[in-house]
Amino acid sequence: MNNSLIIGQYVPGNSIVHRLDPRTKITIIFFFVFIVFFANNLPSYAILVAFAFASMFASKVPIRFILKGLTPVWFLIIFTFLLHLFVTKEGTLVFDLWIFKFYSGGVIRGIAIAIRFFLLILVTSLLTLTTTPIEITDAIEDMLGPLKKIKFPVHELALMMSISLRFIPTLMQETDKISRAQASRGVDFRTGPIKDRIKAVIPLLVPLFVSAFKRAEELAMAMEARGYQGGEGRSKLRELKIEKMDIFVYIIFIVVIILLFVTRTYG
Amino acid sequence: MAGNLIEFKDVSFRYSEQDPWVLKNVTFTIKEDEWVAIIGHNGSGKSTIAKLINGLLFPQEGEILIGGKKVTEDSIWDIRKDVGMVFQNPDNQFVGATVQDDVAFGMENRGITREVMVERIQSTLEAVGMSDYQFTEPHRLSGGQKQRVAIAGVLAISPRVLILDEATAMLDPNGRKEIMQTVSQLQSKQGLALITITHDLQEVVQANRVIVMNKGEVWKESVPREIFTEKEELRKIGLDVPFVTTLADALKDIGVSISKEPLNHEELLEELWTLHLRT
Ligand SMILES: Nc1ncnc2c1ncn2[C@@H]1O[C@H](COP(=O)(O)OP(=O)(O)OP(=O)(O)O)[C@@H](O)[C@H]1O
Ligand SMILES: [Mg+2]
Repeated sequence: MNNSLIIGQYVPGNSIVHRLDPRTKITIIFFFVFIVFFANNLPSYAILVAFAFASMFASKVPIRFILKGLTPVWFLIIFTFLLHLFVTKEGTLVFDLWIFKFYSGGVIRGIAIAIRFFLLILVTSLLTLTTTPIEITDAIEDMLGPLKKIKFPVHELALMMSISLRFIPTLMQETDKISRAQASRGVDFRTGPIKDRIKAVIPLLVPLFVSAFKRAEELAMAMEARGYQGGEGRSKLRELKIEKMDIFVYIIFIVVIILLFVTRTYG
Repeated sequence: MAGNLIEFKDVSFRYSEQDPWVLKNVTFTIKEDEWVAIIGHNGSGKSTIAKLINGLLFPQEGEILIGGKKVTEDSIWDIRKDVGMVFQNPDNQFVGATVQDDVAFGMENRGITREVMVERIQSTLEAVGMSDYQFTEPHRLSGGQKQRVAIAGVLAISPRVLILDEATAMLDPNGRKEIMQTVSQLQSKQGLALITITHDLQEVVQANRVIVMNKGEVWKESVPREIFTEKEELRKIGLDVPFVTTLADALKDIGVSISKEPLNHEELLEELWTLHLRT
């Protein structure tokens, strides 16, 4: 069974980045995504790259996991680089062969965009690599807390998310079981024209949905039997706590922002 | 003499107006330190009784008292603190992302503080022999282990009665035996009432008392040994009689005298090797 789908990309560990409060990580990443677009010269990019790499090394996640996370976007990074290379006609001509006329401006802009992309992906995948889905859920529930005042069902949404996460492996095991059972009855998912294959999925989906609904009903009853009556008056076992480490990381990040705005060129 | 914990008084229930009665004039009591087994054929109303006890359903006629309190819309949240229930399917009652989260679920619902929760998670997991799995995710556990976690989660709220509704039905014979051992130890140690619902007659042997359900009515209520003397009738209402009992019957048929109804292999053995003393 596909293990990566079960726990997301999470790589267990005990590094500083793993131990940070998930809210800290989400907040920093949120702002990082913004400030990346303010970098516009070599020193400012250098600062961002240094921050991203420092986080990466601090996380102690093996490089191959990070590269694996980047694979689906390599194409995009290279594509945007080439696009800028071909389209931008600024600066001096640096390369001229037949239809390939590259200008210095194009090269620089292409590289800049590629770096931005790379940084965004790197930092966001660091979040999922070092934080369990359930921690992310807790953090979101906590950060959306103020919305409860306008009757936004924050607790319910978080519970839904955590139960979905809990049931993904169960439902995948079940899908596997049903598809084997149907295959043994002669249903063929893998060959034949697309139309037939889509039809073949129906005998897979119908039992899967029927059983999912039955599970939902039983789970709801079990939850009620265990005294669940909504978020009101509930305590929580898992606890989010801002530690010294979080404050320290926030300070570093603020310094990074200040340096960025000092070094970038204006006008 | 222990007091009555659960009282069913002339309870009748049906799922809706059009449906036939699922329970008809059911009356019984369960004491606060007693182990009662409820057996009966499929659809005889066993699960319905369990759901009535903790207010997942309400009877149309008669009344149900738990610790002297009547089960009503207003009292169910109090009553659910006293009633712990473990269902048949281990997967569909596992709420938490890990073992400790699941054990905590019932306590979280009651607003129990974190320190107490951490303590009780340790002690209940120990009681069901799952201490090594505190941080394990459910998909890495066997069915029997999930049922143990479910039991721990229920014990964590220190209920006065533990109801197992075919909680071992999906387990293999070994898993079944282990779970039954665990709960019977817990029951005698913690002095709680235990209701086991099953259609495996083997499992009722250890109980103090057995309630046999048939078509929504209490067909018989007695100690296990007594129940097993009525093999023919039990078979007629769709229950399997244990092998030892059948064997003892066959022996009687060929003229071996057996004084009391054997409940397990040891007792039958006892009967047989002391045979010559009596003849
Ligand atoms: N949600 C429901 N709606 C309508 N009828 C139901 C519902 N649940 C159960 N019944 C009916 O009530 C009767 C008793 O069901 P119950 O689940 O109590 O039986 P049971 O003794 O637990 O059986 P089993 O051994 O199969 O678990 C059955 O005839 C069943 O068809
Ligand atoms: Mg049942």
